Amino acid sequence: MLSLIIYKAIVCVAVFLLALGVAAYATLWERKFAAFLQDRKGPSRAGKWGLLQPLADGGKMFMKEEIIPNVSNRSLFILGPSLFMVTAVMTSAVIPWGKPLMIGGHLYDLQITDINIGVIYLLGVVSIGVYGIMIGGWASNNKFALLGAVRASSQMISYEIAMGISLIALIISAGGSLSLKDIIEGQDAGWCNFVYQPLGFLIFFICALAETNRAPFDLPECETELVGGYHTEYSSMKLGLFLFAEYINMFISSAIMAGFYFGGYNFPFATEFYAWLGLEEGSWLISLIGFGAYFTKIFLFICLFMWVRWTLPRFRYDQLMNLGWKTLLPLSLFNLALTVVIEIFIRKTIPFHF
Amino acid sequence: MLGLTITQWLFGILSFLAIMFALMVVFTRNPVNSVLYLVLTFFCIAGHYLLLNAQFLAVVHIVVYAGAIMVLFLFIIMLMNLNADTEPRKHIVTRLIAGVIGGMLLIVMVGALKGAEQLTIVRAGASQIGLVKNLGQVLFHEFLFPFEVASILLLAALVGAIMIGKRDTNTNDKKVINN
Repeated sequence: MLSLIIYKAIVCVAVFLLALGVAAYATLWERKFAAFLQDRKGPSRAGKWGLLQPLADGGKMFMKEEIIPNVSNRSLFILGPSLFMVTAVMTSAVIPWGKPLMIGGHLYDLQITDINIGVIYLLGVVSIGVYGIMIGGWASNNKFALLGAVRASSQMISYEIAMGISLIALIISAGGSLSLKDIIEGQDAGWCNFVYQPLGFLIFFICALAETNRAPFDLPECETELVGGYHTEYSSMKLGLFLFAEYINMFISSAIMAGFYFGGYNFPFATEFYAWLGLEEGSWLISLIGFGAYFTKIFLFICLFMWVRWTLPRFRYDQLMNLGWKTLLPLSLFNLALTVVIEIFIRKTIPFHF
Repeated sequence: MLGLTITQWLFGILSFLAIMFALMVVFTRNPVNSVLYLVLTFFCIAGHYLLLNAQFLAVVHIVVYAGAIMVLFLFIIMLMNLNADTEPRKHIVTRLIAGVIGGMLLIVMVGALKGAEQLTIVRAGASQIGLVKNLGQVLFHEFLFPFEVASILLLAALVGAIMIGKRDTNTNDKKVINN
């Protein structure tokens, strides 16, 4: 019991540091990637290839003067970015990062917790994430910040619906379990879920772009219309938390997409490969290779996020709402109906009787 | 510790917090703070669901109430820009009547507690009834008809809300001309 608690504590700290580290270096990679697409060099002064740039940015953020507007609601002003950051990190709790490890004769999961409602937990935490932006924007006591916050939250609420419905279709075709571990384990042999849910993946990906407030859906911080959007009044590390949480969100949603639709830590012919290497279940190497496979997928998705950001122009607000409500929502409902029909009549995974 | 189990301790703490936050909802002057306390109250109630081993209900409670309904509440309150200064002061008679009616409601609720001893207590904490699978089985077999009726009711409410919210172009044009 005690060893389990210690192990869980270590995993918690490790996942937290991992999320922060990946997010920090995602900022550098974003700038490098943008530079590549725009035929520039990108950050190159701090360290080799700019490798120390995230540390320099962080140091700068901490040392900036911190301004809290006099007329704003002080406690809520501080609560806003904190809440946004907390909810961004909380989603990582249910993601399984690799195959179970054998330590001292026991199998330990590389996951903080495997709850049987993992998918709904994710949706719940995402829906709570809206509060951070809303509270922060309102407490700034600035009309641009308030407008930005209202835009951000209405955008997030609108796209949550299509996202939820595309997830229902995924769960039906993945065997009906709401646990993330079961969904990923179910893809270890045969095809990954993307083969059965291509439309669902497309909808989920667009919704993930909108939920993380990334371009082309970065209307909440649309500079040309709203100054800085919901974080207009924020400075120093509070602004840093808002910006940083966006990268954590991007990392986590990449992890979720890679896990849900592309098999997570599984890869083609994984079982044969491990057998060829002569590895037994619970070996360190299996966990490590699986973790590496998962991270390659996550990295590719992060690149996709950035590619989209530096390629597509921003939507207009009415286009955003039309896309969400009039295109994605009917499309996800159609996908759900199609999935059910396929599961019942073609794959016959669901028994059909009156 | 005082002969209580961990579950009982959690129940006590959660109940205390829920009641305290519920009181704060009423006593806070600022409407935005009041909404945020209500969200905290919902979280405490979700904790109670977890103690009853109803994980699905707990998370759905958070998604629907804290994540959707209260966000819309917050929206409206923020856009209406209600401040503590603009709070209307009610007439003394109104306040007196409100106090009397509230007190009567309290008496009724305390009276209802008297019958509570006769109820048989089901130890829900040990059962698996709250898990998603069991809940789905019960909803879609035993209570299929009421479930579908409830969903049609929700759909009707949705259509009604859209009809009310839809802009009537004719009347709007008239207003513009009159102004």
